[in-house]
Formats: sequence, C-alpha cells, structure tokens
Amino acid sequence: MAITPPPQRIWWKEPIAKVELSWIIIAFTWGLVMFFMMIYWHGAGEQNLSNEAYKISPERFSERSQAMIDEYTIREENYFPVVHPPAGSDIYLIARLWQWWPILELEKDETYRLHLSSLDWMHGFSLQPVNINVQVHPGYEMVVTVKPDKAGEYGIVCNEYCGIGHHMMVGKIYVVE
Amino acid sequence: MAKTTEFRTCPTTGLKVDLTAEKLIKANAVVAVVFLAIGGLFGLLVALTRWPAVHFLPADWFYLALTAHGFDVLLVWIIFFEIAVLYFASSVLLGCRLAAPRWAWTGFALMLVGAVVTNIVVLQGQSSVMFTSYVPMKAEPGFYLGIILFAVGALIGCFVFFGTLVVARQERTYEGSVPLVTFGAITAAIIAVFTIASGAIILVPTLLWSVGLVSHIDPLVYKTIWWAMGHSSQQINVAAHVAVWYAIAAMVLGARPISEKVSRMAFLMYILFLQLASAHHMLVEPGFSSEWKIFNTSYAMYLAVLGSMIHGMTVPGSIEAAQRARGLTKGLFEWLRKAPWGNPAFAGMFMSLVFFGFIGGISGVVMGTEQINLIMHNTLYVPGHFHGTVVAGTTLAFMAITYLLVPLIFRRELMFRKLARWQPYLFGIGVAGISVFMMGAGTLGVSRRHWDMTFADAQLPFDYPSAAFLMMGLNGMFAILAALGGVLFIVVVVGSVFFGRKLGVDEKPSYPEMPPAAAAVGEHGSAGTLKIPGTVMLVGIFFVAFVLYYFVNWKYLSEVWPLS
Repeated sequence: MAITPPPQRIWWKEPIAKVELSWIIIAFTWGLVMFFMMIYWHGAGEQNLSNEAYKISPERFSERSQAMIDEYTIREENYFPVVHPPAGSDIYLIARLWQWWPILELEKDETYRLHLSSLDWMHGFSLQPVNINVQVHPGYEMVVTVKPDKAGEYGIVCNEYCGIGHHMMVGKIYVVE
Repeated sequence: MAKTTEFRTCPTTGLKVDLTAEKLIKANAVVAVVFLAIGGLFGLLVALTRWPAVHFLPADWFYLALTAHGFDVLLVWIIFFEIAVLYFASSVLLGCRLAAPRWAWTGFALMLVGAVVTNIVVLQGQSSVMFTSYVPMKAEPGFYLGIILFAVGALIGCFVFFGTLVVARQERTYEGSVPLVTFGAITAAIIAVFTIASGAIILVPTLLWSVGLVSHIDPLVYKTIWWAMGHSSQQINVAAHVAVWYAIAAMVLGARPISEKVSRMAFLMYILFLQLASAHHMLVEPGFSSEWKIFNTSYAMYLAVLGSMIHGMTVPGSIEAAQRARGLTKGLFEWLRKAPWGNPAFAGMFMSLVFFGFIGGISGVVMGTEQINLIMHNTLYVPGHFHGTVVAGTTLAFMAITYLLVPLIFRRELMFRKLARWQPYLFGIGVAGISVFMMGAGTLGVSRRHWDMTFADAQLPFDYPSAAFLMMGLNGMFAILAALGGVLFIVVVVGSVFFGRKLGVDEKPSYPEMPPAAAAVGEHGSAGTLKIPGTVMLVGIFFVAFVLYYFVNWKYLSEVWPLS
C-alpha cells in the first residue's frame, strides 16, 4: 500500500505497465505540442506582446503624455480630454489613482505604439469587451503595438486592485472608421 | 529523549503512534479547521458581495474581507493542515518518535501568533492590501510581521519533519524505502523550504520598508519574488493533496500504487520543475523576454504538468485495480459504481481528483500559456482556476482525510454520519460551481478583486455583458452551497472531536469503513496482469477535453485586436 514501504525492495527495477507507459508518452508529447505552440504563435499568430519596456520616472511619463494631450486633444468628455493622435504614432495612457488618462480616439486598422505606465500604484489595463489584459507598473513603461480592427466604443477597466477607488477606475478608447 | 517516548499501537492499522506526535497532529489540525471556518466565512461574504443582486458588503469591508479570506484559507488553513500531514507521514507512517518535539511546539506557537497578528492587523482596516500586498501599496508593519512569524514557524515544522525521517532511518523503524505517501510529503516539504525562503527574501525587506528603514522596493522585483512564494506554496498543496489521495485510496480500499517507480518519478518532477511557476503571474508584465516566459511558464516543457497527468492515471488506476481484485470486474465501470460513495473519505477524495484535473488543472495550463494569458490575466478566470485547484482539489482532499484522522488520531467515533455522507458532495459541487462560473465571468472580462461590476460610481460609464451578471449570480448561489458544505464539515468534525464517543484502547472505529491492513489488495506491480480499462476511458475523456479546450482558447485569442 501507499502507506507502507514498497513490498519489492528493489522497486526501481520493476517493469512499468504498458498502459502507464503509453500514457506517459502521450502526455509528454502533448506537453511538447503545447510548448511549441507558443513559439509557433510568435511567428504565425497576430497576438503577441512585444516585450518592449523601459524604466521611466512618473514625472517623465507624465510629461510625455501631456505633450501628446496638448497637441492632439479634439474635445472634452466628462472633464476627460479626448485625444486623436495621428495614425502610426506613439500614444500614451496614464494609469493613476483612479483614472485612465486621457480618452484616446484611434482609427480602425491603423497601428499605434501604445505606451503604458502608472504614476503611483500598480494597475491593470483591461480593455473591454475585447478582453485584452496587461499589467501596468509604476516606474516601468511598456510599449504595445496595437491595431484596432473593429470600430466602436471600448471600456478600460482596472483589474489590479489599487485601493478603495479601484472599482471606479474606468477609461475609454474610441475606434473610428 | 528516545527512552521517554511513549507509543500506542493503532488497532485498525497496526501502526505505532508516538503520543507526542499525535498531540501535535491534533493541535495543528484543530487550529487549521478553526482558520478554515474564519476564512470560509470571509469567502462567503465576498461571494455575496460579488452577487450583483445582493451586493452585501460596503466597498471598504469588501476589500478587507477579501484580504482576510486569501490569507486565512490560502495560507493559514492549508499550511497548518500540511504540518499535521507532515507529522503523520513521518512519525506515524514510519512508526518512529517525532524529532525535537519542543521545536515542533515552538513552530506551532509561532505560526499561531503570526496568524493571529496578521488577522488583527487586517481587521483594524488599514491593511486591506490583498493577500499579495503588491508594493508600493503599503500595509501596517504588523501585516508583514505576522506572515513572517507564520512562515518561520512553518519552516521549523518542515525541519522537524526532516529530522524525524533521519530518526526513523537511524533507529531502523522501517525496512527498505519510505512509503509512497511519505515520499509525497517529502516532496511537499522540500518545495515548502524553497517557498518560505523566497517569502523571506521579499517580505523581510518589505517589512523594513513599511517601518521606514528601506526607502524603495521595486514593484516588478517584488512581484516576481513574491510569486516564487505565492505560486510555489500552491505546489506544496498539490504535492500534499496527491499524497493524501494515495493515502486515502490505500486506507479505504487497500489500493497499491500501480508502480512505485512511476508514482515516485511523478513526485520528483514536482521538485524539479514546479518552482518555475512564478512566471504564470508575469506573462503580461513589462521587462521579461518571451524566451523567459515560455520556458518558465511551461515548467520547462510541461514536465511538472506531466507529473500531475501521471498521478491522474495512477491514482484512479490503483483504485480500479484494487476493486477488480475484489471481484468487481463487470464492464468498464462496475469498480467505480460500486465504490464506497457513502464513505465521505472516499467520496471527497475522488471528487477532489476529478475536479482538480478537469477544472483546476486544464484551466491552469491554458491560462499559463504565454499568449492566451492576455485574454485572462487578472480577470475572474484566475480565481476560478485556483478555486478549482486549491479548494476543490486541496481543501476537499484534506477534508476527506480528516474523516479518517478523527477516528484514528483523535480516537473518537464520528458523529452525525448522515451529514458526513452528504458533506463532500455539497462542498464539492458548490466549489466546482464557484470555479466554473468565475471562469465564465472572467472569459466575459469581469475583473477580479472588484467591488462593483456595475461601475455605478465611475466617472465614465461602462457595462459588462448581461451574461456576466448571470454568471456572478450563479457564483453566489454555488458559494452558498459550498458554505453549507463547509458548515457541515465544521459541525461534524468539531462535534466528533469534542463530543464523539471515546474509543477504547483496542477498539476499532465502526465508521468510516476501513479494511484491516492485511486485506490490502495483492501485487499489481506485475506489468503483465494489470487491467484498468475504466481508468483508461476516464483518462481518455480527460485528454480529449484538455485538447479541445486548449485550442478553443487559441481561437478566442485569434479574434482579439492584433498586438505585437
């Protein structure tokens, strides 16, 4: 039994039952399939993170974002600036207690370099309803190249707990034709 | 010391039991169950708050309750119970005295003090930082201090366990190799040492930071090392509850492992690879390369997953072989149909096995795939997954073996047997529901650790799809079911431990049924005669489900915005 020492002193020389051996081979092979699937997707798939990231101070990130906001704001909505940066440009999204700042307006099927960073605590960028989720750290700037492929209004929920106002932290991205 | 050790002989199993070890097992198990009750209550409050129609707690209390829930059940309940399992698997199964009982009591006291301190600090309300306490969010110093004390106590427990193994070897209390269950416990203890060391590396500086002696803790470094503790500690659970599966199969059905070699190799895979799992939490963070993510998140080509998949066949396989040897040979599943489903130890164990594999296991691998993590990270899918592993897997298995510990270690007859019969089903199905519906809500985008999914107070409006609200309602209902199962467990166990009829010195308990050790079903190490077609069928169903679910999620991923 499993609660007594093995009856066969030399248990490591016992043969393995065929059914067990077959399962080990199948399971191992499946593991390899799953392993190489991730590598394959880096070549063939369209959804991969770039892993481009930099250290950055909150002040510096704030300045860069403000420069974009100053240049490309087209209107205001609930006191949030709505920014329409040119297609293909570097765009900035600030995470802070408890806002995603500003509202971005992007063009469908255009590519943008989205810079994400937090000015205070950790936050979670959760784009809905597409359900893309990226962690946002203070002191680190992550650059994700995005290509919105459907027009519409998208919500940004914070999905990393960031204190008592966490559930009020909602942002917005517009994708226009 | 050895001369003064007192033993008794167990009338059911014939094992020699050191009375000091027995007391320590009792103390650790009782405290574990108390914290299960406290943490479970917090969990129910959390689930009722996340049920949109009920929305029970105000926001500050919700975040407080969620912090306490995570700490009390994920850490305190499970580790206290694991220390009891370690002492059982060493001192009792090897029939030797426990090494350094004074140290064992010291460890116990430290763990208890630490758990109480952290709970008090959390209840004071200034430390609602969640179990993970990601910096730069700051808790009161006592929050970290309590966890550190608890961890030091647990570390002492691990070393008492290792010491006991040495004692058993030196005093030759067993022949040949240690039993498989002890081997599994060794696996758990080795992973525990790694886990606790990682915890110390990051929590000690964090404590100093919270009192002002250290100026800055890097959030990315914190998160990476914290999860070397946080995720690895869940691998202690896996190793421990797999050992418990083997123990229950042996004690209730006299089952033998199909092959000692294969089962031990599978445990070894855990020791070698499970610690890489910190990466599961870093797949969408800045600053890691894809090579690092792929290698680590897959435990080096899924070798630890391979370990679990092997146990997933060998545990039911050993049960089937034992049942067939008893003559239950009709068709594919007579052995399973006529299994002792009325015995809560068996029912809990088998459900733990099935839910851990189908719900917790598959979802964990899928979510831990580098790119698929993008559509799941930090949604409710994550708690859905780990309630499948840690609650439906570990907690249910620990509850199941408690039904054997009460008569064998506490020496009391089990009370309320009808309730005990139903308890594993109520709890198991409740938790399975919680896991599945949280995973469903997560797939629809619902955030974890979030007080208000209607965003009533937000500056900008946003609505989750209505199906998500349905999921959270169902989650609440199944949480009530699981809570009822939890209450039944506490009633049966606490009732029996304090008020159950005391068993005489040589008296065997009448319930749950355990065959005498001699009735252990004979050899099935011999490769030629082994027949387990039912298990092959079950494993086949599991494999098909796994493959389908895996590729369905790649399909989902391919539909979101292109990213690079």
